[in-house]
Amino acid sequence: MIKIKDLHKSYKMGSNSLHVLKGINFDVEEGELVAIMGSSGSGKSTLLNILGMLDLLDSGTYELDGVPIKDLDETKAANYRNKFLGFVFQSFNLINYKTALENVTLPLYYQGLKRKDREETALKYLDDVGLKEWATHLPSELSGGQKQRVAIARAMASKPKVLLADEPTGALDSKTSKEVMALIQQINKSGKTILIVTHEEDIAKMCSRIVRLKDGVIMEDKKNKMKSAI
Amino acid sequence: MFSRDRWLEIFETIKKNKLRTFLSGFTVALGILIFVVLFGFGNGLRNTFEKFFKDDALNTIWLNPSRTSKPYMGYEANRRIEFDNDDMEDIQKRFDFYIEGMTPRITFSGNVGYKLESNNYTVRGVGPSHQKNEMTIMMKGRFLNGLDIENKERNVVIGRLVEQDLFKGEDGIGKFISGGGRSWKVVGVFQDDGGDNEERIIYAPYTTVQLIRKNTDKVDQIVISYKPEIGYAGAVAFENQLKKYMKQKKFIDPTDGRGIRVRSASSDLKENDQFASVLQYIISFVGIGTLLAGIIGISNIMVFVVKERTKELGIRKAIGATPKSIIGMILHEAIFITTISGYFGLLTGIALLNFIGDKLEEEYYITNPSIDISTGIAATILLIAFGAFAGYLPAKRAAQIKPIEALRDE
Repeated sequence: MIKIKDLHKSYKMGSNSLHVLKGINFDVEEGELVAIMGSSGSGKSTLLNILGMLDLLDSGTYELDGVPIKDLDETKAANYRNKFLGFVFQSFNLINYKTALENVTLPLYYQGLKRKDREETALKYLDDVGLKEWATHLPSELSGGQKQRVAIARAMASKPKVLLADEPTGALDSKTSKEVMALIQQINKSGKTILIVTHEEDIAKMCSRIVRLKDGVIMEDKKNKMKSAI
Repeated sequence: MFSRDRWLEIFETIKKNKLRTFLSGFTVALGILIFVVLFGFGNGLRNTFEKFFKDDALNTIWLNPSRTSKPYMGYEANRRIEFDNDDMEDIQKRFDFYIEGMTPRITFSGNVGYKLESNNYTVRGVGPSHQKNEMTIMMKGRFLNGLDIENKERNVVIGRLVEQDLFKGEDGIGKFISGGGRSWKVVGVFQDDGGDNEERIIYAPYTTVQLIRKNTDKVDQIVISYKPEIGYAGAVAFENQLKKYMKQKKFIDPTDGRGIRVRSASSDLKENDQFASVLQYIISFVGIGTLLAGIIGISNIMVFVVKERTKELGIRKAIGATPKSIIGMILHEAIFITTISGYFGLLTGIALLNFIGDKLEEEYYITNPSIDISTGIAATILLIAFGAFAGYLPAKRAAQIKPIEALRDE
């Protein structure tokens, strides 16, 4: 599903250049639930952003579902993101003046679906995360766990090839974290490829594969016996 | 681009961001409203001005004798210049081509009475064409005619208030009034728009007046009306030639600024036109200034709006919005709001001007303040265009920001 070869990325910090990713080689098969671990500054978020086409790579190759991801301009990236990827963020990133349902319909709007189809689809995904009754509520009326579940529903609504989650439990207490992880595992079971960036050992243990990054290189990449969240 | 879905999306955004919508709409509406009202007031001032100054007989030249200020050809300075009947004849001969009508004016004041009533009035000895120069309107009877002049008749034309004072509601026509020890027949009563003083005047044939004054041939003033078809340039040329001719005739130094004064409605008109155009500049300046303030206002708000929405735009991009759709959405929304509120401001402004109407005429000299509808629409379109332009630049920048940077903005 994902093929990365010799990926380099550096940031310019004034006159200095900060080399964040120093040659990453990394493949992900369809249906895997991968945890990308590392302390802060290890480059794990940068890797996820490049995978999510939110950021550009300096050198190396990136292939997603057989499509080489290169020469990205913003329009092309936007279309790929809409077609291939679903995002879940630590801070949820819901649009605060839109209801849960409207937030979930948004990616479908950009896919060009008809209004009625959008709402039907969105409601179905909200139902999948158990928030059908909360469809007309604004994000400010939802708990952290509920917000993240809405965000997951939104990410899933566009039927992405890969779900990318950046510290999805970072802003949640441990009980809610487990609930969210259970949802992610459930989605994974249905065959979806999922990548999670985290620095929490327990969260990583709930994944089928753990990749550890340190100082921009992969230190360890091993299969894990997935631990059930609940 | 302007699909139904886009409209629905925009209506939703507007509905849920009332303050933001109100602010940008209010700025535009206020800008247009102030522009319309100020511009309308400016036009009102100009209307008053035109009403005041452009209502005179335009094709008139007044020749007034005065004292010279320079010695010339053996004559001393400070010599008193006088006009007489010969001067008029010479002018008529010399400038026949230009002249439509000419009359002298001999002004004095005299005690005039009828039965027991008597009063002091201004008396003017004039010729028939004076009626035209002063725009005298006859209420009844007739004005002085050529026969009155030729036969030196003791006929007079009196103002409306003179008749009112002396005859106490009686009809004055055909009656005899006394003045200067003689009796005079009233042949006409006139009215004048120039106010009360203009209606307390008595006109007598200038030849009769000259006869009574020891058969003199002097006149105080010569009033000439030229043919309107010679135009403004012709009038100026005529005026200059006339002045030159009269100076020569009266032996006045050509460089002497005094001796003969020539006043004409056409030179007045030119000054008035200059004043009117200055007024026009001020109005335009105020208008442009207001519009500029409006443009700056809406630009500021658009920059602020886009800044405020940076994170939202980042989210939208992360879930698949293209830069084009982002820019399109912001512009669509901006143009929609500014158009509606601009139109609203325009209507309110015009309604306000209509409501004011002539209420400010008496005290503030603003007559019928109004604005050309096309000027108003042009101003609205300008503001909308600048609002869109002001929204486009930050929207474009926001659309180009990588979503990861937009999302980092917490």
